[in-house]
Amino acid sequence: MTNPILRTEQLKAFYVLDIHGEQKVVKAVNQVDLEIQENEVYGIAGESGCGKTTLLKALYGAIEPPLRLIGGKVFYFVDGLGLDVSSLGIEEKRKLRWEYVSYVPQGAMSVFNPVIRIKETFWDFINSHGGGKTRDESFEIARGQLHELGLPVEILDAYPHQLSGGMRQRVTIALAALLKPRIIICDEPTTALDVVVQRGVVQMLKDVQAKLQNSIILVTHDMGVQANVADRIAIMYAGKIVEEASAETIFGSPFHPYTQYLINSLPKFGDKSTRESAPGNPPSLSDLPPGCPFHVRCPYVLEICKEQMPATSKLEVNHKVACWLVEERQDASSS
Amino acid sequence: MQALLEVNHLTKTFTLGNIISRVRITAVDNISFHIKPAEIFALAGESGCGKSTTARIILGFEEPTSGEIIHKGKRDEKQRNEKVWFTQGIQAIFQDPFGTFNPLRIVDRYFFETVQQYKLAETKEDAVKLIDRKLQAVGLSYAELAGRYPSEFSGGQLQRISIARALLTDPILMIADEPVSMVDASLRMSIVNLFKKLKEDLGVSVLYITHDLATAYYVSDRIAIMFRGNIVEEGPVEQVLIHPKHPYTKLLRESIPEVDPNMRWRETVNLSDTEQEEYLRKGCKFAGRCPLVMDICKDVVPEDIYIEDVLVKCHLYPEDSQDAS
Repeated sequence: MTNPILRTEQLKAFYVLDIHGEQKVVKAVNQVDLEIQENEVYGIAGESGCGKTTLLKALYGAIEPPLRLIGGKVFYFVDGLGLDVSSLGIEEKRKLRWEYVSYVPQGAMSVFNPVIRIKETFWDFINSHGGGKTRDESFEIARGQLHELGLPVEILDAYPHQLSGGMRQRVTIALAALLKPRIIICDEPTTALDVVVQRGVVQMLKDVQAKLQNSIILVTHDMGVQANVADRIAIMYAGKIVEEASAETIFGSPFHPYTQYLINSLPKFGDKSTRESAPGNPPSLSDLPPGCPFHVRCPYVLEICKEQMPATSKLEVNHKVACWLVEERQDASSS
Repeated sequence: MQALLEVNHLTKTFTLGNIISRVRITAVDNISFHIKPAEIFALAGESGCGKSTTARIILGFEEPTSGEIIHKGKRDEKQRNEKVWFTQGIQAIFQDPFGTFNPLRIVDRYFFETVQQYKLAETKEDAVKLIDRKLQAVGLSYAELAGRYPSEFSGGQLQRISIARALLTDPILMIADEPVSMVDASLRMSIVNLFKKLKEDLGVSVLYITHDLATAYYVSDRIAIMFRGNIVEEGPVEQVLIHPKHPYTKLLRESIPEVDPNMRWRETVNLSDTEQEEYLRKGCKFAGRCPLVMDICKDVVPEDIYIEDVLVKCHLYPEDSQDAS
């Protein structure tokens, strides 16, 4: 299965801040290589402040100061043609957005204009893309979309504050899927929702993906949601992707010590044995330790970890890890 | 064993709306439970189920509409008059560790203030010693803390600092309202483990209020599931979460995503009517979504039934099954 739809090459996006004449660089996305295939759910997991949201902004081409693209490229594959996102003009980007790639930002509270009805937001969307439709026609399209996704049609006449958090989140997803984009980028779509509502939102994401047969990039720190939706999962730590594999491998046989902590610390029903968190604290992205950023917390730390960042190596065909222990293991097996 | 804290028939109603259209919401509806010494008791439920209101009433931030709270044999009117006596025994941990501390204030000031207020030490050296001892209990030290501002710590560290602060008065009960929901995933378990350790080493009881059933299962001894102001099921955590009896507990339990890609959800769920509608329901509040709903559920509020040690509030379990078991 190699049918890429989005690819990054050595992507680097830093926040460059100028505080009282002193330059501060926040290395939020640091040399990220990833390739997303058609018709898959690609999960990105990691804790808060690891650069997940910044990575999404870079993928979406929404880079605004103080965030700067320092190096690397993002390619979209539209009809088999690779497009370099950073070279596109504003008008071209606008055309791609929502029709080719759409974005569900974090916090559905702030997505809608609070003083207009939901249907007006739908009209805005339909009118600015495609165009040539009357208001009534676009309301009809909106009604059809909501009906198809099992949402009550009456909410079109409501104001955003009249909807519950879960409903708002589902309407946001319906809106993002309206123009049948090939990629939907979702940033923490289930955070701050109750478990039952969260399940409803996850269900809807799956429905949308099954219907459109497109790719979803799902960012969430909730490993339970990742396990439920994602086909492949990337684990991000301090601006880097430290491990990438199929969901089964990530949960079944994680390799990177950070992933192991992340998976093994999850409490499970029916098993009360002690769960340990990773020791120490996540590093600040503006003051990263040298070498591998996890070495300060890693129980298997080697001398080389403190000096050099390991390259990403392939453990198996679909299992990539950035850790010095991989070489250690390969040396052991070859000798 | 005598209960540390007893909550009896606690009710709290709020009035919403203006003078023309008024709605009365019973946020906490006649709930009773007790916490034993050296026990972690979880109060779990979704947002808007009344769990935080219950905590606020216990802490005295909110007046109950009716019902009583008995702590060490004293009733609540009395407790309010003896604030120092009360807070010495019961301390609170809140959800947002960044909101707990004033960002412009050095963190150790909070510790010295507490020491002063409760007259816990005579001299500064004694105070430092005491503070250091409490910080050691949560895996930190006074040297790490001295002279630093809250922004210099991570969320997990701040939450541990606020637990250490609460420990200063040697409380017998801690009320922790969603203590881990804002802590990073990789540090979450260290806080949860800390509660376990405090219980085992110091005999501190914890009222653990959470929406996260997985950590509730991991850490607590007994659990009460709240739904729209009612406790619908209560009992030992093994029985309630592994063999749930109430349909709502079942739904909640099934809605927790399993951390195993081979155990994905297959069935679909019905999402709720609005919160208000459910609160105003005449009979069982869950009747609108319950897969096993009967006619009686829509009109009559079910009684509390004991099946072995588990309390269930559901018409599925007729009252005579109580005697049979």
